[in-house]
Amino acid sequence: MTDPISLNLKINGQSHALDVEPRVTLLDALREHLHLTGTKKGCDQGQCGACTVFVDGRRVLSCLTLAAQAEGAEITTIEGLAGADGALHPVQEAFLEHDAFQCGYCTPGQIMSAVACIKEGHAGSEAEIREYMSGNLCRCGAYNSIVAAVRQAAEAV
Amino acid sequence: MREFSYSLAASLEDAAHRAKAAGALLIAGGTTLLDLAKCGVTEPEAVVDISKLTGFGEIEVTDGGVKIGALARMSDVAEHAELQQYFPAVTQSLSLAASAQLRNMATIGGNLLQRTRCNYFRDPAAFPACNKRNPGSGCSALGGVTRNHAVLGVSEHCIATYHGDLAVALTAFDAVIELTGREIGIEDFFLLPGDTPDRETVLQPGEIITGIRIAATPAARKSLYLKVRDRQSYEFAAASAAVGLELEADGGTIRDIRVALGGVATKPWRARAVEQALIGKTLTEDTVREASRLAVEGAVAHGDNAYKIDLVPRVVARAILTVGGLA
Repeated sequence: MTDPISLNLKINGQSHALDVEPRVTLLDALREHLHLTGTKKGCDQGQCGACTVFVDGRRVLSCLTLAAQAEGAEITTIEGLAGADGALHPVQEAFLEHDAFQCGYCTPGQIMSAVACIKEGHAGSEAEIREYMSGNLCRCGAYNSIVAAVRQAAEAV
Repeated sequence: MREFSYSLAASLEDAAHRAKAAGALLIAGGTTLLDLAKCGVTEPEAVVDISKLTGFGEIEVTDGGVKIGALARMSDVAEHAELQQYFPAVTQSLSLAASAQLRNMATIGGNLLQRTRCNYFRDPAAFPACNKRNPGSGCSALGGVTRNHAVLGVSEHCIATYHGDLAVALTAFDAVIELTGREIGIEDFFLLPGDTPDRETVLQPGEIITGIRIAATPAARKSLYLKVRDRQSYEFAAASAAVGLELEADGGTIRDIRVALGGVATKPWRARAVEQALIGKTLTEDTVREASRLAVEGAVAHGDNAYKIDLVPRVVARAILTVGGLA
């Protein structure tokens, strides 16, 4: 068996020390080792977007990132999006308002991706939102409400 | 995913040295390596991380063209304002590829080295026979479901498509791939499957892509990447075309034209017959449609993928007519 490696991951502003096998992905480190289960495992192969987190402010797929590669970076998960006082992020508010989910499993990834999509300046029209949110699949098919929520949030932030 | 060790490369030389060891693989963005490790297609024993190396991620625009460091991320190149102006087909090929998250991760060097999406290649448990994975074991795609398989450059041993987009745009404009110790034109970098489909590029053990160069030309500046696919976004091409066009001062005679194809061939495919048929001709719809048929010269269908032979000339023609202002 390969020796575990000691990592220090900075997640939502807090440092976390952990020992993991080198093959452990950032997604599994978050969910299985640090019990931050807001980030979801969908396909685990880079095709669904459920595991979207920010690494140094950029949206990435935590299922295709080794935990070891994320050491030294600022990692933000869905748990780190609300304010310190618990106030929801405007994108979270908009998802609630537009009922932009059904089962909710893809929602953390959708919200993380939407926050980035707006910040990148790719939420200027419905077509642009659909294009730049295409890496996040919703098997319930809540896309119309998701697009509406992103549009509203883009105007709010 | 099998167990492997992980370490950071201290330098390019260190990475090159360690990549020569049996069972060692380099990781940068990780989007291909970890995906294939999860499929069981690759089983590295040692993963060497080159993503933190400095000096290989820059985009340098000069009078003569551009040099893109191998560690530049797809999104950085796609969103680069000067590249969008001087090499639109290149930036479009990136914007239309993968998803926003993957483009933030994947590097330019790794992008070139992405493996085929052949479902038989990607599923060793269900389909042990694959000449690309296991030379001599046979090809499960032949006689199988072939909708996404290649019609150009195929051999009796492999019909797997090269599904990347960037390399297609680079092929249209004769990009140069810089390696540790040498450089090579992109058309010579990729290999046809022939009877060695396991060898996809000329890269030797320990050789690393350090950058790519593209010369600034009028055709590269007036260029387009057209990607036709089964769903509108986040999908590989059913057929794609990178085209560039330069007209004579008369505004109608074709001085230079570049055409490369994606999603239909075993490697990024330069359609020189189309180019040669059009140089010196007047740009008209009839001329373009006639010449575009030459894009599938020598094409071979295997069942489900026969539609590509009809689709390719239409994609090529639409791309040329669009860039020429006739569509």
